[in-house]
Amino acid sequence: MHETDMTKALIFTVRDWLDKQSEKSAAQLQPGPPKVERVHLVVGEFTCVEPASLQFAFTAQTKGTFLEGVELVIQDKPLIAFCHPCQQEYKPQIGSQYACPTCGAPMDDIRSGRELKIERVEFSNAT
Amino acid sequence: MHQTFDAVLEMNLLQANQDGADANRDRFNRWGITCLNLMSSPGSGKTQLLEETLRSLQSELRMAVIEGDMTTQLDANRLRECGVPVIAINTGRACHLDSKMVAGGLHQLEHELEQENGQPSDFDLVFVENVGNLVCPAEFEVGEHAKVALLSITEGEDKPLKYPIMFREADCLLITKMDLAPYLDVSIETIIANVRQLNTHAKIIPVSSKTYEGLDDWYAWVRHQVNLRRRS
Repeated sequence: MHETDMTKALIFTVRDWLDKQSEKSAAQLQPGPPKVERVHLVVGEFTCVEPASLQFAFTAQTKGTFLEGVELVIQDKPLIAFCHPCQQEYKPQIGSQYACPTCGAPMDDIRSGRELKIERVEFSNAT
Repeated sequence: MHQTFDAVLEMNLLQANQDGADANRDRFNRWGITCLNLMSSPGSGKTQLLEETLRSLQSELRMAVIEGDMTTQLDANRLRECGVPVIAINTGRACHLDSKMVAGGLHQLEHELEQENGQPSDFDLVFVENVGNLVCPAEFEVGEHAKVALLSITEGEDKPLKYPIMFREADCLLITKMDLAPYLDVSIETIIANVRQLNTHAKIIPVSSKTYEGLDDWYAWVRHQVNLRRRS
């Protein structure tokens, strides 16, 4: 269910950004608003977002909006932590073991896996 | 002719929510109010803890509650009995509060206080009682200064491992319903060790709203949070 809200948030964020772009292009007397073709996301493993559910929600919720038919490309990022006592990276086992497997130090420094990011947007302009 | 462009955004997916949360926090700061976001699974005792807290701290702090509930006013009505302003937000199908809903709640609070010739800056503390859910509320900031997670001892030792984000993000963890501990095969030490795998900074306090175990420690933590903001 929370992917529905994530998608809503995604649509708001892209629209906000696009509105700002349109203002800029209007100021520079460029042709009409750009059309979004593809949205690239980076979704970390250590977030509450399930990529398959997000894909589904995106397709369903963008119907009839400016993002209808736009392709959503999701890049997964694994959870990687850095253990300071051992000075090395390790991969925590989500659901069972987060502490460092070598020395048992708590998972403190997360190097990747918390991303929830719109990396880039591909769009086209009819000229 | 058809040209394609590529724009690098590198933008937080929840940027719009984050901006709203920052705006809410600015308002709290201007008013000198501390905001605590209470999160847990359904039935872990958020509302009863709040009832006790509101009654116990009422003589020293001016408090209000923003109450998120999916469909009913039941919790809000219970809290109104404690004699503090309660703004109820029905989230409908949404499983968490977001910053926009809380902004609406703040607007309503301001309006209600005005009608009684009061204002938000008369207040010290706002509790946001989030929707009962261990997953989503952890990702949606609402403008709080600190996150409080509750885990009732009946939920079992493994929950911090299964719902890691909530327990990692928490600044304070209350292990509730401690009065039931003698009847359960649950080790409080294991719960704490599991939380510590993920979160080294949270203050962990075992409490019971029934026997009042640990509540003085919780109140001391709340007072400390309020004093941090008062000074700054």
